[in-house]
Amino acid sequence: MSFLAKYMGQRVKRTEDPRLIQGIGHYVDDIKLADTLHVVILRSQYAHARINSIDTSAAKAAPGVVAVYTGEDVAGKVGNVPCAGALPGLKVPKMPVLAQGKVFFVGHPVAAVVATDKYKARDAADLIEVDYDPLDVVSDGEAAAKPDSPVIHEDLGDNIAFQHSAGSGDVDAAFAAADRIVTQRLNHQRLAPISIEPRGVLAQYFRGEEQLNLWSSTQIPHLLRTQVAIMLGMAENKLRVITPEVGGGFGCKLNVYAEEALLGWIAMKVGKPVKWIEGRRENLQCTIHGRSQVGTVEVAVKNDGTLLGLKYNVTADLGAYHQLLTPAIPTLTGLMLAGCYKIPAIQMNCTGVFTNKMATDAYRGAGRPEATYLVERIMDRVAQELNMDPIELRQKNFIQANEFPYTTACGVTYDSGDYEAALAKAMELVDYKKLREEQSAARAAGRVMGIGVSTYVEICGMGPSGAMPAGGWESATVRVEPTGKVTVLTGISPHGQGEETSFAQIVGDMLGIDMNDVLVIHGDTSIVQYGIGTFGSRGLAVGGAALVCATEKVVKKAKALAAHLLGTGADSLSFENGKFVGAPDDRTLTIQEVALAAHTAASIPEDFEPGLSAQHFFEPKNFTYPSGTHICVVELDKDTGDIDIKRYVAVDDCGNQINPLIVQGQVHGGIAQGLAQALYEEVVYDENGQLITGELMDYAVPKAFQVPHYELDHAVTPTPVNPLGAKGVGEAGTIGSTPSIANAVLDALAPFGVQHIDLPLRPEKLWRAMNS
Amino acid sequence: MKINVTINGQAHEADVEPRLLLVHLIRDVVGLTGTHVGCETSICGACTVHLNGRAVKSCTVLAVQANGAEVTTIEGLANNGQLHAVQEGFWECHGLQCGYCTPGMIMASCALLKDNPNPSEGEIRHGLEGNLCRCTGYQNIVESVKYAANKLQGA
Amino acid sequence: MIPANFDYHTPKTVAEAIGLLAEHGEDCKVLAGGHSLIPAMKLRLTQIPVLVDIGRISDLSHIKVDGSTIRIGAMTTHGAIAASADIKQHCPLLAECGAQVGDQQVRNRGTFGGSLVHADPAADWPAAALALNAELVLQSASGERVVKASDFFVDMLTTDVQPGELLTEIRIPVPAQPMASAYLKVPQAASGFAIVGVAVQLEMDGSTCKAVGIGITGLAPKAYRATAVEAALAGTTLDDATLSAAAAKADADASDAMGDIHASEDYRRHLTRVYAKRAVQTAAGRV
Repeated sequence: MSFLAKYMGQRVKRTEDPRLIQGIGHYVDDIKLADTLHVVILRSQYAHARINSIDTSAAKAAPGVVAVYTGEDVAGKVGNVPCAGALPGLKVPKMPVLAQGKVFFVGHPVAAVVATDKYKARDAADLIEVDYDPLDVVSDGEAAAKPDSPVIHEDLGDNIAFQHSAGSGDVDAAFAAADRIVTQRLNHQRLAPISIEPRGVLAQYFRGEEQLNLWSSTQIPHLLRTQVAIMLGMAENKLRVITPEVGGGFGCKLNVYAEEALLGWIAMKVGKPVKWIEGRRENLQCTIHGRSQVGTVEVAVKNDGTLLGLKYNVTADLGAYHQLLTPAIPTLTGLMLAGCYKIPAIQMNCTGVFTNKMATDAYRGAGRPEATYLVERIMDRVAQELNMDPIELRQKNFIQANEFPYTTACGVTYDSGDYEAALAKAMELVDYKKLREEQSAARAAGRVMGIGVSTYVEICGMGPSGAMPAGGWESATVRVEPTGKVTVLTGISPHGQGEETSFAQIVGDMLGIDMNDVLVIHGDTSIVQYGIGTFGSRGLAVGGAALVCATEKVVKKAKALAAHLLGTGADSLSFENGKFVGAPDDRTLTIQEVALAAHTAASIPEDFEPGLSAQHFFEPKNFTYPSGTHICVVELDKDTGDIDIKRYVAVDDCGNQINPLIVQGQVHGGIAQGLAQALYEEVVYDENGQLITGELMDYAVPKAFQVPHYELDHAVTPTPVNPLGAKGVGEAGTIGSTPSIANAVLDALAPFGVQHIDLPLRPEKLWRAMNS
Repeated sequence: MKINVTINGQAHEADVEPRLLLVHLIRDVVGLTGTHVGCETSICGACTVHLNGRAVKSCTVLAVQANGAEVTTIEGLANNGQLHAVQEGFWECHGLQCGYCTPGMIMASCALLKDNPNPSEGEIRHGLEGNLCRCTGYQNIVESVKYAANKLQGA
Repeated sequence: MIPANFDYHTPKTVAEAIGLLAEHGEDCKVLAGGHSLIPAMKLRLTQIPVLVDIGRISDLSHIKVDGSTIRIGAMTTHGAIAASADIKQHCPLLAECGAQVGDQQVRNRGTFGGSLVHADPAADWPAAALALNAELVLQSASGERVVKASDFFVDMLTTDVQPGELLTEIRIPVPAQPMASAYLKVPQAASGFAIVGVAVQLEMDGSTCKAVGIGITGLAPKAYRATAVEAALAGTTLDDATLSAAAAKADADASDAMGDIHASEDYRRHLTRVYAKRAVQTAAGRV
């Protein structure tokens, strides 16, 4: 097969956009079913308390109220919130969909009010009387692990959910052989994903058919179907999960939440459609958080900068219970502690602990931002101690382009890369040498200027099934309809990543047809074959690979029919730009003509199945490892600590790009979220477990004027892991950016004798550092 | 309470509770769901519509306050199927990803350009401080607004 | 997201509004632009039995320059003040301050009067009102009362407005000679409210500072007049040493200092001093 890349590699405008820019797409709350009842959930205002009693009588009697449910009602009826993470000795607390006996965090669901409209449901929620006995609160992760801490889940004995070790090599020998050991304690603060569309669920039950339809704002329709079916004790094939437009996920919708099963159960109970739409306050309280690790990294180095070993001892504050992947996230950190460097010995010891907070789970980057931040921060600390340029130190330890595939001491094998190439481009783009001269001049003039570099590598394209909790493959069906229109069914579940466009580009090129003739369908478990979903920067790298394979199968099948129709052997035909050519009489057939013939089936070979479609389940042999260099230039106001970002340069290598417009957008958004971690965002609970950042008035999602102009370029080292050579780009920007900004600010502060400040780098901290 | 609100040129009469929020009138009573809700505290701007020609956050206006007023929502922006220049800019410049903030962002951008037809990058960034986007990192939104400014000025 | 129910009244005149306030007493609250009140009601931080919406009273939204006084109706929006040619000409401090309140959508609905009466300790307008020696006109069943801005702000979210009183107008003296002014603000990263905001109205006589009004918001539970700074600057040439020494007193008049996760008490006090100096410098640079 050969084709001209008419679409692939081009900045093609998205086909999703016309409906979205006109406000005529449909998110969950935009779907209106007749007679829908509305659910409002009463949540705990205590971080830890015993429920003595719940009086729902006044609420039940309130106007418009159809039902009020509490933990007692769902006990034995709805299964617990599932956890797919599997670690040896993992403790898994039971997490019913409504609290039973105790509440464990602010926002813990206690009761559900079902009413004829959401105003009445909200009013009735105020009428529920809950008698609580507040209990001692576990608010600090490190303190939670201590023997004298109050215990959250008494049946589990203590608050330690797991202890996990990773890495290989002789760490003790490495540290014994070191000229120097550089140590840094680092906090990866708790973050909130904040998709602008909060979560939402609509459930409708068809009693006769015994079918439950569940619309949910999720990234994983099929996994959700399986899990909710289990929770509700129903046949999986009687549950249809539909994800309409999804207004952002960033990992927080890669989950199975209490409300999803609860709404399904209520729909079956009340016999009418029921809808629950999360408010922003709820979103901050009870949609998963990210990060929340605190630990100490130590590296062993030679005086010439050669890295010998790395140790990371960390406590992961998991929150009160496990959501779907909670315990798995810190283990991802453990896979990437080598960064871009040849570090022969690595050891991570992680303690996962329960606290009276919302659960942590996958938030954009999910475990890898932690790894990159600590590795890139400690690289700068080492450079500072050795009085080396931070770039020189990085170059000295880089895995070289000719050393791939490269297996690190963390036990993962990097597929491909050229770290030097991206770094060189970035240095050229900022004119690094000149920048350092400017910095010297600025410092001499009393200005506080800093340059920060991060050379990152991350692990994505998730992933080989053996390394994933619930399958890492992805599926695609390609169907050429009788009229020649092509329908793609993909198991991924895009929610802003634009695969309706990029997948049409791929199929358009491969089949030599107009990409506008390709319809990409996703997010409906009754239409689409089982799939895994969109997360871990896998949509294109795994889902796109499945699509390529399925399209190849279609072409192969079509070729057999074309050969039959053209009276020749399949081997003599080739498929070029949408046509089968090479017949002895120079006759040709287009894919559309073959498709029609395949459906009319008037003349088909004996062993040919009518129709023209193919399905492929693609199992990747490895993860992919995108990489790149980010450089940030800042100037600080000595009197106030304000940060002015002067330049932001990012050179990312995500392998081959199908749609550079979309790639660029992913990088932009990723950088903004990483920058938000560096400068603005932090979920803050006080010592009583009360959520201080409970609204967007206090949780600082950056606005347009709070982020800089990004200057982008890219390098390309295709991955051998999939037929597209694409590595994935959803999370790279977030992973690469946080450390470059932190390093820039800390570089600016170096003349003040400052070695490290924890994120977020609020101006007050910087002011104190410069004026203490 | 009986109110009359003209939405996208069409008169609507409704009998509403005084506490009904304008955004719920638009979405739930009139059924125009392009206007979204993303927060409770007038920060995110997803619910931005034009009320008598000015951009407002419809989650912070009571429907009764809009009695007698003209409202334009995202659905009313295109003219006979012809996209507004700002909508076109967002499409051309990849100014959206998940699309949830987009209607509000577009309505705010239109208002911004009405007051300042030729804004600088800084003016665009500050002018959109009432709207959050979590996907784009804002750069392509800025480009989208610039595109629209050029197009509207050229027209 | 959903407010509790309330009774709703839309008086067409001030007299009618005052009548409603008298009738319902403490059960009722005035709805102006609603940009503080409606979010609080949605979060059910407050439940109000009776809401008197003064948005339909036409003569409450005006900007009039009347000889030596600028008269601004209480329902005039932040945006209308920021965009007013009269305001820009006669009182640029108000325009500069108004342009920094909230965002464009908030400025289109939120009102000058509403903000002053709400008296959020981090609101922008109180600083400007203090710096400008604004007078606030309160009407009630027993007549009209005029309160100086310096007497108006009593405590956090508390003003001198008495039950039954309605703020109808804010009066700003038009200076006899052109003034230089500035409003500088450190916005809280998430909300955009002032961590510190400093409003300066500067009257120069040649190179000498004849008089200066400085209002400060954000630091204390209520906005305040920085009288210590004003006194230290009057009669000087605003040289750097004088400015620094004066600005060092910028927190002296604060009743207390607030602190939160965004800025501690110390840091807020420090920013107040830094921004007091910068605001005076900025104003002086505009002479």
